[in-house]
Amino acid sequence: MTADAVRVLVPVGMLGGGFPPDSVARARELGADVIAVDAGSTDSGPYYLGAAAAKTARAAVARDLRLILLAARDAGIPVIVGSCGTSGTDAGVDWVAAIAREIARAEGLALTIARIYGEQDPAALLPLLEAGRIRPLPPAGPLDAGTLLGCSHVVGVLGLEPIAAALDAGANLVLAGRATDTALIAAVPLMRGRPAGPAWHGAKIAECGGLCTTNPGGAGVLVTFDHDGFTVEPLDPAAACTPLTVAAHMLYENRDPFLMREPGGTLDAAGARYTALDPRTVRVEGSAFEPAAQYTTKLEGATPAGFQTTTLVGIADPRVLARLDEFRTRVLRYLTNGVVRDLGLAPGEFDLQLRAYGHNALRPAGAAVPVAPSAEVGLLFTSTAADQATATEIARYANPVLLHAPLPGASALPSYAFAGSPAETERGQVYQFTLCHAVDVGAPDELFRTELEEIR
Amino acid sequence: MTALGDVARLIRSKNAGPFWLTIDVFFAGPADFRRAAASPLTDPELIAGLYQVPADAVQVFLLDQLDAIKISFPRPVVQGALTDADLHAGQQYIPLLSIELPPEDPA
Repeated sequence: MTADAVRVLVPVGMLGGGFPPDSVARARELGADVIAVDAGSTDSGPYYLGAAAAKTARAAVARDLRLILLAARDAGIPVIVGSCGTSGTDAGVDWVAAIAREIARAEGLALTIARIYGEQDPAALLPLLEAGRIRPLPPAGPLDAGTLLGCSHVVGVLGLEPIAAALDAGANLVLAGRATDTALIAAVPLMRGRPAGPAWHGAKIAECGGLCTTNPGGAGVLVTFDHDGFTVEPLDPAAACTPLTVAAHMLYENRDPFLMREPGGTLDAAGARYTALDPRTVRVEGSAFEPAAQYTTKLEGATPAGFQTTTLVGIADPRVLARLDEFRTRVLRYLTNGVVRDLGLAPGEFDLQLRAYGHNALRPAGAAVPVAPSAEVGLLFTSTAADQATATEIARYANPVLLHAPLPGASALPSYAFAGSPAETERGQVYQFTLCHAVDVGAPDELFRTELEEIR
Repeated sequence: MTALGDVARLIRSKNAGPFWLTIDVFFAGPADFRRAAASPLTDPELIAGLYQVPADAVQVFLLDQLDAIKISFPRPVVQGALTDADLHAGQQYIPLLSIELPPEDPA
């Protein structure tokens, strides 16, 4: 261990994902300076942002956070949690804060909690849009006011600066709204003057916990930052980081294999050299960070896309499966016409999908295979409309057709296999991602608000 | 005939944010990497045809230090749209498994 080391313990890729308790309890023994963990992502889709709801089980988040807070108290170090409540809305920050307060009371923990809020009122962003300060990120086009105002929730993605300010203000538990995964890990090394290239690169490597190790489903990692680079090792003594597992993680969920944009600049890992220090520890040097002329805050927004009802129908009849594309097209056309004719809806007022799971449902359009290879196919019927009652009315209208639709020329009435009773399932409101834009900000914390609270 | 799926050590597809899809293909060594690099896998026109995206939006990265090939393009449909059947894009590498590789380099 070198004297200039700053050590960040990343217990797991997502708070609530679970980890071996021993792996985090070693924080003091390992000399960790901070525990950093991500609690969200856009990767679970637009619902969690649109509805400001967490995708994780509350009990799972409480289990993980308790182990982390106890280990942090033992080591006398702070904890940083980002993208609270999956999408990092204000409600998500409050949700994790409530869990933290319960743990603090039960365990007698003294906490100074910083809640960093990053939700944006779409109307309040309008002047920024009109001032030309909101720019599209590829592949999006320019933002229009209607799209912005249509969002049910918008979050700004925060960088390390509000986190660093919260730690400087004395927080030992930082609960951040939507944040880059890397900012949580890079914050303390950068606060202590470690170079930006290795700080952001090491943060990217560690952001998914054990995913950069030979045991991706196991414990997290410890990243040690110094003045020349960083080293990464698994918390699981039986796992290893190899130059390959570490370098490969730079590619993960990243459009470019070397470049990664942060609010204040761009990580360039093209010159990074990965070397094995021992069979389970990797040293990385040579990463660079190019500061941007303009600091930007990325926006994420989701818009209501109607209410949905689904019906799952199983088909195993080989005669139907042999003509499944024709069957599907006919059923969909029949129902679309019928909804207009019998329910009185205009074509633009509803959306019907009939996805054939087992036959091209997952294949991209240009790679469809002609005949269903499966012995059984599940047809997922989806109706989406302006309100739940209408979506369900459509599904009920479709029910006898989905149950009995005959092949052309058939003389007997077939019955297919509904998955349950009632046949239809109401899914509530659904959403779509609409923002892929960034705001030119005057200061890194322009769009963020921090509240401190003491628990004694 | 050898297919990509028989040779690659790991193929994975995933969202890179809600608007991009990225596919990583890893090989056990330089020989396999070179065969794949010379195959239609690295042809933006083939990728564009399979995924119905513009060829000029397809980015292909040949990473010889890692013996890996990375392919990124805008998602054919935005993640979570009504027509999106693969929310995490985790199954979108499947059509690439059957791409045929050229014969092994005798050198």
